[in-house]
Amino acid sequence: MHPILKLVVQRIALGLLLLLAVSVLIYAGTEALPGDVAQAILGQSATPEALANLRESLGLNQPGYIRYFHWLGGVLTGDFGKALTNGQDIGQAIAQRLGNTLFLAGCAAAISVPLAIGLGLVAARYNGRWPDKVISGVTLSTISLPEFVAAYFVIYLLTQVIPIFQPVAMVFPGMSFWAKLNAVALPVIVLVLVVLAHMMRMTRAAILNVMQSAYIETAELKGLSPMRVIWKHALPNAVAPIISVVVLNLAYLVVGVVVVEVVFGYNALGQYLVDHVAKRDLPVVQAVGLIFAAVYIGLNILADVLAIVANPRLRHPK
Amino acid sequence: MSDELHYIVKRAAKGLMSRREFMGRATALGVSAMMANALLASAVRAEEPKKGGLLRAGMAGGESTNSLDPALAASEVPFLVNMTWGEMLVDVTPNGEIDYRIAEEISSNSDATEWKFKIRQGVEYHNGKTVTAEDVVATLKRHTDEKAQSGALGIVQGISEMSASGDMVTLKLASGNADLPFLMGDYHLIIQPDGGVANPAEGIGAGPYKIVENEPGVRHAFERHANYWDPSIAHADQVEVLVINDNTARTAALQAGQVHMINRVDPKIVELLKGVPGVSVEAVAGRGHYVFIMHCDKAPFDNNDLRMALKLAINREEMVEKILGGLGSVGNDFPINAAYPLFDDSIPQRTYDAAKAAEHYKASGHDGSPIVLRTAPGAFPGAVEAAQLFQQSAAAAGIPLEVKVEPDDGYWSDVWNVQPFCASYWGGRPVQDQMYSTAYLSTADWNDTKFKNAEFDELLLKARAELDATKRKEEYSKMANILRDEGGLILPMFNDFVEAKREEVAGWVQDPNGELMNGRALVKCWLNA
Repeated sequence: MHPILKLVVQRIALGLLLLLAVSVLIYAGTEALPGDVAQAILGQSATPEALANLRESLGLNQPGYIRYFHWLGGVLTGDFGKALTNGQDIGQAIAQRLGNTLFLAGCAAAISVPLAIGLGLVAARYNGRWPDKVISGVTLSTISLPEFVAAYFVIYLLTQVIPIFQPVAMVFPGMSFWAKLNAVALPVIVLVLVVLAHMMRMTRAAILNVMQSAYIETAELKGLSPMRVIWKHALPNAVAPIISVVVLNLAYLVVGVVVVEVVFGYNALGQYLVDHVAKRDLPVVQAVGLIFAAVYIGLNILADVLAIVANPRLRHPK
Repeated sequence: MSDELHYIVKRAAKGLMSRREFMGRATALGVSAMMANALLASAVRAEEPKKGGLLRAGMAGGESTNSLDPALAASEVPFLVNMTWGEMLVDVTPNGEIDYRIAEEISSNSDATEWKFKIRQGVEYHNGKTVTAEDVVATLKRHTDEKAQSGALGIVQGISEMSASGDMVTLKLASGNADLPFLMGDYHLIIQPDGGVANPAEGIGAGPYKIVENEPGVRHAFERHANYWDPSIAHADQVEVLVINDNTARTAALQAGQVHMINRVDPKIVELLKGVPGVSVEAVAGRGHYVFIMHCDKAPFDNNDLRMALKLAINREEMVEKILGGLGSVGNDFPINAAYPLFDDSIPQRTYDAAKAAEHYKASGHDGSPIVLRTAPGAFPGAVEAAQLFQQSAAAAGIPLEVKVEPDDGYWSDVWNVQPFCASYWGGRPVQDQMYSTAYLSTADWNDTKFKNAEFDELLLKARAELDATKRKEEYSKMANILRDEGGLILPMFNDFVEAKREEVAGWVQDPNGELMNGRALVKCWLNA
């Protein structure tokens, strides 16, 4: 087997193992909360008989590890059960909302990643001169702004002063692709502002780091233009840290944007999780927790693999 | 009618001017308030509703955990959603009268223990079935089942026997209750096919709109129920509720025209919103109130002089002005106001009187140690500030209050109904009996002032079975006076519902029964495009 393939398979297997461990943690954590699911369903009006009946019908009298495997079996076959609060099928609700989450994250990533790397390259090229200072200054101030402030600002600017977008960003099945893009424009702008600086700074720092190397000096002495030196010689050797930061930000775009979702009324996974946490709807919390964990682990594996593929030393181990 | 008056009546009828503004201008033109009201009502009636279009509400108070099961409705969005697809036996009109819906006639025996509801013929559910008397009984029965966890359990519990024959539903009560028809207008008691026993959250009812999209916490979309029995309402072809819990986004959506009406306008921005073209703010005096409650059975509040001293030591006008931003009215230490039927407006208004408060305080013989008042930001909006205002006005009367701010988390389980003196709030009830029975009857679970008065209890039970309105009003007036002078309730203010709508929305009526025209705003308004 090719050593890279072997490494990749190893990473994926390791990731799956990690995910399994996380699923145990999530299950044990929600189980350890005071009160059980039956109590959560019946609330304060629970009588002992009603509790006993419900425990029986939900199978809560079985030991914890058996219930865990039941749950895991359901999850593996795509059955997350039903929400306690409104009886809706969790799998269906999550599928739709996960789609919305990925759509928003995808749009934000499609703009922010190329933009951040491009700006990082430009900043590195003009290190210490005015383009570097402007880029760093602007991106640092947008990242310093709390998300909801940025959100209110763009709402004010782009729906009231210049009314070109709509403040509420809900998307529904049946909307055309363009209508959806138009709906998510404002949250995408906010998310781009928030994640831009981190990736831009890392690109700049990584490039500047390799710019000290002897081979860069050689390239410069050959008479190559500065942008060409950066693009051809510096970037390929600086790509590993950039990838890991980009992936970290992608993970944030998927699992960490609940504030933005709330401000724009965007119907995605974060808002769904928070609502159900407030009502102690444990099956939903477990399911969403597991999905978030899977996204994190998956993206980290991806980062690893890409770093290996991009790094000649790792690609050709001695 | 003067030109000016004519002009403002027209503007108000079109919804271009708020009712409050209209009343102010009309009275400035020398018209009496009653006359102005009548003018407005007839002008609104004269305006022909326009059919068609898509009417949208943006609302706070929805979560992705919401269900369509009417028994479970508790927050604002499920309430309005259910009012849009559901139909009850009756509604209560803004004037506090019965609006006959599925019941077309109601009669009772002389001691109000047996009630007959005649069911309207040919009312159709969204699934094509017809509403029957059996459905009504099955619905009410489902709400009596503890497993249904119905918010109307307290209402239907008092019904000892239900039966259906032909188009007649007969309800027998354990003890007489003259208010039963009003109680049947409770928003949980939506009539469902076969009582909704098999699938309570199906969302099939006999209301004006049927649900086409139900995404809890996000959006609820409806289209007109083609065979709805009452052609005088349900004007828009489609209606929609968007859940927008964030205050700023909700207001922005209204300004941008993405929604036509919103609930819960933040009192802080009312003045700003009034200046926005195309938008009007509607403040409706409702029955909800903000209170400070004392346990009548715990020292030092077991002394009526001390209770009276505290009641006199609160500055009600200041509270309305500073806590509600003027969007409310002063309270009189009993939980009833003019929004209730049979309200006695001749009961004198209690006002801030530091000298008298000091007198009562001295008479109580309290040892001068600070009296602890517990509050929390979530007790009601502005509860901490209100407690501080109370502390200052009481200090001026020589009464030392110590304000203790508690965390929101656990306030309703560890402080309210547990600690002897704290801030709290109440939403209103449709009738006086229900309000008093919920919180002031000696045996009530939620008797949060631990008020136990045999005469009061007796009057309450007597008034409940009294069919003569004059006598009932007298009895309620006596009860109000007892509670006002001896109770543990300090009620400084009734809060308004503050809502806003766009100018193209017509048919808006002020309804003290509940938010957004008692949940029927989407059903009763239309779009003047």
